[in-house]
Amino acid sequence: MEAASTATAQGRAEAPSLRAARRRWGEGLIRALLVLAALISILTTTGIVLSLVRETVLFFQEVPIGDYLFGTKWTPLFEPASFGVLPLISGTLLITGIGMLVAIPLGIAAAIYLAEYARPGVRKVIKPVLELLAGVPTIVFGYFALTFFTPQILQGLGLDVGVFNALSAGIIVGFLIVPTVASISEDAMSAVPASLREGAFGLGASKLQVTLRVVFPAALSGIVASIVLGISRAVGETMVVLVAAGLVPYLGLDPREPAETMTAFIGATAKGDISTGSIAYKTIFAVGTTLFVITLIMNLISIRFVRKYRQVYE
Amino acid sequence: MSAHGQAIGRADPKRRAKDRGFLALLIVCVGISVALLGVLLVDIVTDGIPRLNFDFITSFSSINADQSGIQAAFWGTIWLMGVCALFIVPVGVATAVYLEEYADETRWYNRLIELNIQNLAAVPSIVYGILGLAFLVRGPLSLGPTVLAGGLTLGLLVLPVVIIAAREAIRAVPPSIREGSMALGATQWQTIWKQVLPASIPGIATGVILALSRAIGETAPLIVVGAATFIAFNPDGLDSFFTAMPIQIFDWISRPSNDVNDYLPLAAAGILLLMIMLLLMNSIAIWLRNRYEQKW
Repeated sequence: MEAASTATAQGRAEAPSLRAARRRWGEGLIRALLVLAALISILTTTGIVLSLVRETVLFFQEVPIGDYLFGTKWTPLFEPASFGVLPLISGTLLITGIGMLVAIPLGIAAAIYLAEYARPGVRKVIKPVLELLAGVPTIVFGYFALTFFTPQILQGLGLDVGVFNALSAGIIVGFLIVPTVASISEDAMSAVPASLREGAFGLGASKLQVTLRVVFPAALSGIVASIVLGISRAVGETMVVLVAAGLVPYLGLDPREPAETMTAFIGATAKGDISTGSIAYKTIFAVGTTLFVITLIMNLISIRFVRKYRQVYE
Repeated sequence: MSAHGQAIGRADPKRRAKDRGFLALLIVCVGISVALLGVLLVDIVTDGIPRLNFDFITSFSSINADQSGIQAAFWGTIWLMGVCALFIVPVGVATAVYLEEYADETRWYNRLIELNIQNLAAVPSIVYGILGLAFLVRGPLSLGPTVLAGGLTLGLLVLPVVIIAAREAIRAVPPSIREGSMALGATQWQTIWKQVLPASIPGIATGVILALSRAIGETAPLIVVGAATFIAFNPDGLDSFFTAMPIQIFDWISRPSNDVNDYLPLAAAGILLLMIMLLLMNSIAIWLRNRYEQKW
């Protein structure tokens, strides 16, 4: 027993130690500080959830949850107040739907073009231009929708729309999501190994067939991820809708009518000076919770799909 | 014989026509997006140029559209960006260093941090406004609608952008640099501080500028936080009330215009100024990337 322990002690002394000669407290302290910084992002999420949940619970003490979820009239700031969120949900759906009708075809077409067809020189120009579209502040798109797109384009085409309408806001929201859809889809298509394309060409497939029947299905999870993330962005977009869609809660899907989304309601209500604890204040948080839950689900789905294609090809 | 010849020979004209048609369709789609951006830029420039002059930048906001300017909002934005930068640089870089250099990816809590950052990057900006309102402006910190509260709200909003960019920059430094440093007896932190971070500064700086150029145009969270729409003084400290350029632009857009006072040209001039600042920031980012980018 004793002999064995001296033997291991000797064995240790012979081999050079890879451990630090003395404990370095500074290193540990720095590591702790870095962990603290990383925790700020966790605290942010916790803070969002806590602030939303607290006021939302207070809100539902005053308004029955059934009235909120299934009510068809949204007049929280008037007498008699009615808190049916469905008009805001339908407004959000309408804007998001119109937006995706624009963003999905344009975004995926841009992705296919950049990943499969564009020569490097053309790519070098088109990619930054699309990124620029993503870099323009959304208030600028709002101004554009209100002062140019509605009067010059929509009314210019003879459409019967007012100054504020869902169609203009929706289309412009769609354009600002094109880069989101395009860049993630392009990433996914570029990750498809060249051998798959070469195999298909070797069997006599045309470029079109290779693109649509080999690359597209192989990149499908990434493309789905880009679309889901695009929907999440459309649902969360505020300024274009606040400026150009008209702030009229309306339960229906006629795009020529004005509309109000959840985000636009929060923005418009918070703009006025509202006192803590008032029903208007709590309403912001209730709608905020609804918005956060919807986008959280979308984001998690999208992150899952992105991981899937990364695992397969990288 | 003929069947084999066809398979090896030229594709038949119908197939080629289909191929060409598809390519044309793609180019049209890309063209629509590019054209919209072009029309938008031309529209902003033609609307904004007549009002964008020295007086516009040095005047305060006024009911009288002719004498109105953007001075308070301009300085408000500068203050916000300062607070935002002071917050996101240390926190963002520290988080990135932790995740890249220290964190064991197989641990659930590190994976949670990562998933959390990915989700935060896609949380609607107005939700950050709600967080700022409930935690910074009122509630626990009760800072009021001040420069500090606004800057921190924007900082939290763009933090994921900085973290993601800084991680990429740190990851691009080859392991051999670290191993060389460690082999010479440097500790882990000495290696990071003297080797890894200096080598990744261009990438980090680019990420920070891109984050700030996102923050500078954010309107929705500032509305919720309670940025004032009518202020005739520049901020003079962190506890000062403020307005910001996008807020001022939004105010001009939504104010009812009439024949005497037309606020829309003011909005366009403000947008143009904002876009010029964005262009400058992005040019610096591109220059940094090209000038200091290191190939290992």
